[in-house]
Amino acid sequence: MNGVLVIGASVGGLTVVEALRRKGYGGHIRLVGDEPHLPYDRPPLSKEILTGRWPIERALLRDREQLDDLDVELDLGRRAEQLDLEARTVCLDDGRHLRYDSLVIATGLAPRPLPFQPAVAGIHTLRTVDDALALRRELPTARRVVGIGAGVLGCEIAAAARSLGRQVTLIDPLSVPMARQIGGELGARIAAMHQRRGVHLRMGAGVCGFNSVNGRIGAVELADGEVVPTDLAVIAVGSVPATDWLTSSGLTLSDGIACDAYCRAAPDVYAVGDVARWRHPVTGVSTRLENRTNATEQAITVAANILRADRPYTPTPYFWTDQYDTKIQVHGVIAPDSRIRLIEGDAAAGRFVALAESGDTVTAAIGWNHPRGVRTARRRLVMDP
Amino acid sequence: MEIIVDQDKCTAGGLCVMAAPEVFDQRDEDGIVVLLDANPPAGHHEAVREAVMICPAAAIRLKEDR
Repeated sequence: MNGVLVIGASVGGLTVVEALRRKGYGGHIRLVGDEPHLPYDRPPLSKEILTGRWPIERALLRDREQLDDLDVELDLGRRAEQLDLEARTVCLDDGRHLRYDSLVIATGLAPRPLPFQPAVAGIHTLRTVDDALALRRELPTARRVVGIGAGVLGCEIAAAARSLGRQVTLIDPLSVPMARQIGGELGARIAAMHQRRGVHLRMGAGVCGFNSVNGRIGAVELADGEVVPTDLAVIAVGSVPATDWLTSSGLTLSDGIACDAYCRAAPDVYAVGDVARWRHPVTGVSTRLENRTNATEQAITVAANILRADRPYTPTPYFWTDQYDTKIQVHGVIAPDSRIRLIEGDAAAGRFVALAESGDTVTAAIGWNHPRGVRTARRRLVMDP
Repeated sequence: MEIIVDQDKCTAGGLCVMAAPEVFDQRDEDGIVVLLDANPPAGHHEAVREAVMICPAAAIRLKEDR
């Protein structure tokens, strides 16, 4: 018996281990992660860790004692380099070939770099705790900060930097922040929130280059010719699934690892979290979700399927973001053409629940500083079983 | 089973309430978790373990007798 091998020691991988043990799996489990740290949570990185409100220990998912109780062999600081489906082995960067009966791939994402990004100081991306600490070290002495990309992560970083008193400019080619996640109407509310807090927004603007001085960033050049001087730039223009090591494996890679409805990429090979693409059995849409709850829910399903439950994965997507003192929560999916209809609270007061509707269908419930209301409204979603 | 919640870590998703409504609730004003029963009867244990795993802030901890 070679047991279960889990590649990726973030929340998706760790939850597979926990769910297997909870379901009584007694075989060997090995959890391999390429970072040296104990498994930690990523949502706090762009919030409490970046502002310094929390020490990094507070972001750890489980303490040593809890990990010991799982009876899992932890291989941290080791990168998977190759998968051989025929031989059922994964080769690590230290030359070891690990055999498995079941394999779980939970390698997550890598930040997408800009093609013209120079290798100079003061340019950051944010994915790992080391990234967050590097950025946190520089934030106190940077007078001006430019955020490139106004998705959820870029907006949270801008809010954190602004909360620390930095002069912040946020740049994005779309017309409002978080347009892809939340649509134009609510995106305009996000824009207004950042402007009220003093963030300079450059929406509808493309970045075309960086100016550096003595090996350090000095300014960001926009496509319309404007030059935005800065001491620090944070690039948050999306991420790509971390599947480079699987190129020659024979698995189907298409913006993620292609899986069936049971999150199976090949016999006894499963994918979990940001890296997994599967056909959602309810919506019929090929789906890959980059959010925290997807990682755990998919992990629980995969653990059940390793134990032959044959359970299709049918989540209702959920994400939240905390910016300044505003908490935005979305259950479901807001389509670009969705109508937004307020059902509770007061939009002007910044506390409300709304539904996103396409035709007669409610596709999302949105809470704006209204956590209880949005949880109740979630029942109105057709995709919620 | 003893449940410990960390209200400072809680992100008010309410997923624990959906998993185990007899054990968890949310504050009206900010949605932060409220523990209704720190030592729930055995019939709720499986739902509580589910809540621990799906909590998106890892804010719920269990002490279980073994």
